[in-house]
Amino acid sequence: MPDIFVVFTDQIPLSRGLGRRRAHRKGTCIMDLNTITDVRLARSRADLVALCTTVVPLAGGSALFGEPQNHLEGFVDLMTLEWPALTVTPDGLDIAATCTIAELSRFPAQPGWLAHPAFFQCCTALFGSFKVWNVATVGGNLCASLPAGPMTSLTAALDGEVLIWSPDGSERRMPVTSFITGNTTNILTPGEVLRSIHLPLRALEARVGYRKIALSPLGRSGAVLLGRLERSGAFVLTVTAATVKPVQLSYDALPDADTLRADVERLDEWFTDAHGAADWRRAVSCVLADEIREELA
Amino acid sequence: MKFTVNGEPTEATPRAGQALRTLLRDTEHFEVKKGCDTGDCGACSVLVDGEPVHSCVYPAHRIEGHDVTTVAGLGTPDALSPVQQSFVDAAGFQCGFCTAGMVVTASTLTEADPADLPRLLKGNLCRCTGYRSIRDAFAGITNVTPRPCAASSSGPVDPAACAAHAASANPGSGCPTAARSHAAAPTTAPPAATTPAPRSVGTSERAPAGARIVTGREEYTLDVAIPGLLHLVVLRSPHAHARITRLDTSAAEALEGVAAVLTHRDSPSTLFSTARHENRTDDPDDTLVLDPVIRFRGQRVAVVVAETVGIAEAASRLIEVEYDVLPANFDPAKARQPGIPLLHSGKNPNDSRIADPETNLVAALHGEYGDIAQGFADADVTVSGTWQSHRIAATALETHASIGWLDDDGRLVLRTSSQVPFLVQKELARLFDRSLDTIRVFTARVGGGFGSKQEIQTEDIVSLAVLKTGRPVQYEMSRTDELTVVPCRHPMRVSVSLGATAAGLLTAMKVDVLSDTGAYGNHGPGVMYHSCSESISVYNSPNKRVDAEAVYTNNMPSGAFRGYGLGQVVFGIESAMDDLAIALDMNPFELRRLNAVSPTDPLVVTHVEGDDLVFGGSYGLDQCLDLAQNALATGPESGRSLPAPDGPEWSVGEGMAAAMIATIPPRGHFAEASITLGLDGRYTINAGTAEFGNGTTTVHTQLAATALNTSASLIGIRQSDTDVVPYDTGAFGSAGTVVAGKAVLAAATALAVKLGEVAEALTGIPATAWQLNSEGLSSGDRMLTLTELAAAGTEAAPAVTTVRIDGGVANAAPAARGITALGTHAGHRRSLAFNVHAMRVAVNSRTGELRILQSIQAADAGFVINPEQCRGQIEGGVAQGISTSLYEELILDAEGTVTTSVLRNYHLAQFADTPTTEVYFADTADGLGPFGAKSMSEAPFNPVAPALANAVRNATGRRPRELPFSRDRLWRLLNADTAS
Repeated sequence: MPDIFVVFTDQIPLSRGLGRRRAHRKGTCIMDLNTITDVRLARSRADLVALCTTVVPLAGGSALFGEPQNHLEGFVDLMTLEWPALTVTPDGLDIAATCTIAELSRFPAQPGWLAHPAFFQCCTALFGSFKVWNVATVGGNLCASLPAGPMTSLTAALDGEVLIWSPDGSERRMPVTSFITGNTTNILTPGEVLRSIHLPLRALEARVGYRKIALSPLGRSGAVLLGRLERSGAFVLTVTAATVKPVQLSYDALPDADTLRADVERLDEWFTDAHGAADWRRAVSCVLADEIREELA
Repeated sequence: MKFTVNGEPTEATPRAGQALRTLLRDTEHFEVKKGCDTGDCGACSVLVDGEPVHSCVYPAHRIEGHDVTTVAGLGTPDALSPVQQSFVDAAGFQCGFCTAGMVVTASTLTEADPADLPRLLKGNLCRCTGYRSIRDAFAGITNVTPRPCAASSSGPVDPAACAAHAASANPGSGCPTAARSHAAAPTTAPPAATTPAPRSVGTSERAPAGARIVTGREEYTLDVAIPGLLHLVVLRSPHAHARITRLDTSAAEALEGVAAVLTHRDSPSTLFSTARHENRTDDPDDTLVLDPVIRFRGQRVAVVVAETVGIAEAASRLIEVEYDVLPANFDPAKARQPGIPLLHSGKNPNDSRIADPETNLVAALHGEYGDIAQGFADADVTVSGTWQSHRIAATALETHASIGWLDDDGRLVLRTSSQVPFLVQKELARLFDRSLDTIRVFTARVGGGFGSKQEIQTEDIVSLAVLKTGRPVQYEMSRTDELTVVPCRHPMRVSVSLGATAAGLLTAMKVDVLSDTGAYGNHGPGVMYHSCSESISVYNSPNKRVDAEAVYTNNMPSGAFRGYGLGQVVFGIESAMDDLAIALDMNPFELRRLNAVSPTDPLVVTHVEGDDLVFGGSYGLDQCLDLAQNALATGPESGRSLPAPDGPEWSVGEGMAAAMIATIPPRGHFAEASITLGLDGRYTINAGTAEFGNGTTTVHTQLAATALNTSASLIGIRQSDTDVVPYDTGAFGSAGTVVAGKAVLAAATALAVKLGEVAEALTGIPATAWQLNSEGLSSGDRMLTLTELAAAGTEAAPAVTTVRIDGGVANAAPAARGITALGTHAGHRRSLAFNVHAMRVAVNSRTGELRILQSIQAADAGFVINPEQCRGQIEGGVAQGISTSLYEELILDAEGTVTTSVLRNYHLAQFADTPTTEVYFADTADGLGPFGAKSMSEAPFNPVAPALANAVRNATGRRPRELPFSRDRLWRLLNADTAS
């Protein structure tokens, strides 16, 4: 499974059109995406009308080109929309879906943004190398909706809110924690495009503790936890990579160790894959949560 | 679309879904390699406007108007960039397939903080080196011997042995200079030179291809443009066990651009084995090129040959297949039970050489030496346990691939990624009923093997396609193919029981092995027998019993992997030996010393081994034990061991394991090699051995240079081509140095003698009065240049000169093109090499994290011909051992589908994952190998897993029994009483 994805995978039926012939196809990861016959370079929102179940948005491309996509016939390239990558606003930060991980990793801290170190830390949680950072995008990582997606970890932990463009010209917004619905699934419907993610100033000004563990020192994340201690004293723990979707535990004040541990243990979204068994993920999440609690205490 | 590549304006029209990697290769930038096509391995790294990217996942259409720089744009072989030079100087590569991307990436990191390299290099995987030499390249460390002056006089042309190492002879750097000062092994006749001269053997001569590799100029299998090339795509089975009942290819054949669709109806009906050995009867004939019966998920169903890969893929989706799906079995423990699906029922057990096709039994070994029951009765202490090894993939960075065509004479020619071109030639001749002289098989440089290329994976189907279409055909396997259908290492369940006296002497040794060979029996018998050989005979016990079986299941086939079965059984036996040491309260090194076989002991598995396997006049296990034990004991005080992490959750422990290996595979391994002094006065070696990072090319030139008293850099080599030499069994079983090397040495020795005879015939001065040097022969003030000698040979001394060295014979004769000597070696007598690995680890009980604080390997490689290369082989083997013990695992679901089908889910050790291993060489010299050398390629891998397991046991009091020791498994092991 990819780390970064620009196809909204939940929109695409796994088998389509060609019936039983296709059912005999075993996906092979080889070279080019030979079923793609057209790439449209988007210049304005109007160009997005071409999107359908077989024509999907292309952002960085680092994951889309790393998986067989035989069910697809075309791309609409979002990068040519030239959305400003990162925009500081009075109430926080707007991150364009097409902002690359490299751009995010280099973004300087603004006054009072105590959460800023988490930007780079979460970039390092991407399995892909710094060379992948040069092309992979924040939006693509969210839309892949992989449990280990580190941009999901970051934006969920900072109470990020997504802006979605719908095909009828309308827009809708929702928390990142609602946007991701499961392991590689999200809320997007056919034709919709993730436009941007807003991080509120309140969260950016919070102290944030970050922990990651994998089955190898820098491997694909088995658990990524971020704790956020706000000026008000409120504490939010966000568990990702260990659970099929981001899960948050919120407290009015920093909980004691036993409370936090019991609450983490009680979560039930743990899962098993090649990057860790569910019981291990739960156990190490308890360990990391406690480390974060101690760091912020 | 216009863009530039390395400054050259380029115009190309990318296809809509094309990646930059293939666009660059379409424009003949073959320096851009494919390792994974998922953005994980970094072999395809290039710069776009100076920024590094993985070109395999970079949309090609975006390159319009941009500047691409590949490794070839950074420098040329004659003008290396500083980064390229540093990789040559450090010997920072073995097969070299990852190097193009590694160098491109490194070129952007010259200002990087060395402490940040683990993160910055996580997208550059090297399967060969273990990364130490790459770290050295970043640090600007020179590991190779400096080149001689350009205008060498008749004086010494090589600097003092191992000068680079002498300057920085750290403990554990593998530098042998302090340890030894051998003369030539007694069995090797000295060359014609009579004055002592610095020898090439024993120095860290650089690999001849180095400058080409670091600049992307060295050709690998597919790095060639062939007009009219067709591409081959395989349709694979979605079922693990099925019979094809209908196969309609008409729609596929009708697609424009399709040249052929091949099915089982087109397949030769000859059963064969994809595994290759000197004796083809070693492996069961149970496989067809295309078979109407499917026995594992991913087996070939049909093949499309078309003008492009895209057309072939599209056509493969148009093939209509119906299956009668059959019950399948994935559990080797159930394979022989009644009612379990039979995979090869009906095949003739004698013709196919399957032990019992009616019970899924491929091969079995049941035997007893002494009286095992009495052995246990005599024991004061007994220990027993069961250990399970897992499925792992060789994961050479270059995937299997070949290109085939018909040459002007109508010969079938294959350019292929193989360790065994001559064995492939023989089997293709049999399969397609052609004579040997109508088939030529050769390799370019091969991008890694580790056993997986001792196997026909592409050549059979490409041959069929070429013969069907008459056109050139290419088949390139994907990384997913490598991880899902190319044979993996045999998973084995190994039960071991040991009995010993209170003093620690073994009285009984009982080993039970169940090997899962998967759907086909390729390498199944050989791996099973080998797994129970040196692993058991390394210890003396008056009573031994072995019960081993290899069985068919509907899992992906298993095959050859570095160590060839030994690693799996060594894991069990060395773990059991550790348990025995604990039960006896004895030091584990001491327990090995007490029981290890010595040159005066017989080698026993279930009977005394045949006399082809001998100690060869060298024995270094005792030294290896001492070296490893001492390095481990002094690690903390010397600073070579990392400090233990703080915290009560961490526990620290030490572990060790020993391993023995025969230097040559059994039952014959043949090599013929020639060396020619051309009319231009240059030497050229012709050898059969493929170069895939094994370093034998370097070694062969060093052997010849030493016999001819010249510099290795003055010797050219042509290799791994059935047209170049008459025969070579191939590069497996670590035979490249000790078999083919011996043939090269024989040839060079004979040539040196012949040159003296020519001089005598020309001048009347006796042959023995001439001294050979890099310029020619000299006697007093008389000088005959090599060019003069080559030209005069035919008339002056036309007779054939025969020279024998121990184990080899060579004939030298002048001919129109110069003087050629052809040497042969039969590899009949085999010696033994040893490895001892020791580890200090810290284990975190809360997370299962394991940190290697110190890693040590002591090796008995005999005389070390090239210290830097041999060190690299050991480090690479250890790194593979660590990677496969801690991280790598092919995971299959309940239907036999491999779910770890891309590298991000099959974790190869990165730079960050690989500790530096201290390497120590025993001071021995073998009587069989050239100049006293022994093989040292597979062996270093074998003791690593048990050394790690024993260190975990020592640290935590709990013993891991199942590979890999992943963090989640270790966490469970340590929390078994509390985990739910």
